[in-house]
Amino acid sequence: MFEPVVEIDGLTKVFKSLKAVDNVSFNLYPGEILGLLGPNGAGKTTIIHMLLGLTTPTSGKIRIFGLDLKKQREKIVQDVNFSSSYVSMPNSLTVKECLRVFSRLYRVKDKERRISEVLRIFEIEDIQDKLIRHISSGQQTRLNLAKSIINSPKILFLDEPTTSLDPDIADKTRRLLKSIKQERNISILYTSHNMKEMEEMSDRIIFLHRGRIIAKGRPDEVIQGFNRKSLEEVFLKVAREDN
Amino acid sequence: MKSHRIVALFTRHMYLYKRSLPRFMEIFYWPLLDLLVWGFVTVYLVQFRQNLPGFVTFFIGALILWDILFRSQQGISVSFLEDLWARNLLNLFASPLSPTEYILSLMSVGVVKLVTTATTMTLLAWVFYSFNIFLIGISLIPFVLNLMIMGWAIGIITTALILRFGQEAEVLAWALGFLFMPVSAVFYPVSVLPPFLQTVAQFIPAAYVFEGMRGVINTGAFPLKELLWAAGLNGIYIIIAFLFFFWNFRIIKRKGLLVRIGE
Repeated sequence: MFEPVVEIDGLTKVFKSLKAVDNVSFNLYPGEILGLLGPNGAGKTTIIHMLLGLTTPTSGKIRIFGLDLKKQREKIVQDVNFSSSYVSMPNSLTVKECLRVFSRLYRVKDKERRISEVLRIFEIEDIQDKLIRHISSGQQTRLNLAKSIINSPKILFLDEPTTSLDPDIADKTRRLLKSIKQERNISILYTSHNMKEMEEMSDRIIFLHRGRIIAKGRPDEVIQGFNRKSLEEVFLKVAREDN
Repeated sequence: MKSHRIVALFTRHMYLYKRSLPRFMEIFYWPLLDLLVWGFVTVYLVQFRQNLPGFVTFFIGALILWDILFRSQQGISVSFLEDLWARNLLNLFASPLSPTEYILSLMSVGVVKLVTTATTMTLLAWVFYSFNIFLIGISLIPFVLNLMIMGWAIGIITTALILRFGQEAEVLAWALGFLFMPVSAVFYPVSVLPPFLQTVAQFIPAAYVFEGMRGVINTGAFPLKELLWAAGLNGIYIIIAFLFFFWNFRIIKRKGLLVRIGE
């Protein structure tokens, strides 16, 4: 068995009286796509933000590449990146300028070549000189994804990356992410409300509810565990039991 | 701390000014209006105050120097607001960028803004009023440095407060600098202030700079004592400003506020 690239042990986050993440433990392995799923408020995004060091955990341990995130964040995040459909890019910059800024932040070698490469991968070469405010939301999502691989990361945290994409581009994006993962052995932690997407993308899934893990395993194992036919049905069962 | 990350953020802000006329106006428009309105008021008043030596130098010199402090503060707080409005803070802080590097990049943006504004105002003052700020002499350099550092300290504290209290605190980016104007004795000596404000002024580095400037104009002597006071206070305040920022940064990460403000 490979050593995990991410180890989370007893992770808990409390905001005032709300326990957003409750004693969560799991590992992410090299080259694996791990899907985090659950209804709104389940704690998925909070976990990703804690993994990036943007939110401080109340308790628990996070080790990435075997290093303690609390002590060695700068070193760790050099090889990590993320994309969220809820986070924008500076819209007064052109697509290329934006990627230049992030390539400098991550000290990418041979910046211009790498920028051309990610523009080509996400098929946004034709808009590279356009201001971000003038491109469509789908193109912005692809720019966000292009930014997320600019530093050739070993781990990608993707928070609902295909939310604003039309079905065709969303499908292309999923294929692209899968091929990037295949070629470069990237580990991906993935959240989405699209259950079909989760089934298609994830090697394993973790089902969260009210900050706690209620199921984990391969998608088919989780579906069987709930005695349902699809993840969508599992999701609906959990979400509706709550109401 | 890595310089390439400071340069990255600096470049990001320079890209904004490359093509944005409204942003350029922020650098030139208000200083120009200030200089025109208050400059002509000064020219008018000087007709009635013939016996007051160096009246134009007092006033226009003070105006230019005050703008240095104000632009230095704005260089930090308004540049931070640009990142906030762009909803891009999460992308920045998800990278290896540290809070110190972030602040240093904003400080360097502030220096560029300040140099641009000060150069413009100096040239315009010379064209409109035949006023040469370099008559202040060698003291001008420590004056400018002290005002710039005080502007940075106010800018860093403003940024920390906006991070902590969110967009409703945005107004501080423009307002907080002016809070110090009355007690900085920009256009009048500290002695005209009521006693309790004179006490407050003793803790304001800018008050020593403007008192020093008036001293140079009146006597030509290098205001060593005033400059030492200003530098000492600035040294303390810039350290306090950085500590205040780091303290707030820790709190916002603990409360998850960076995520809310950054999206």
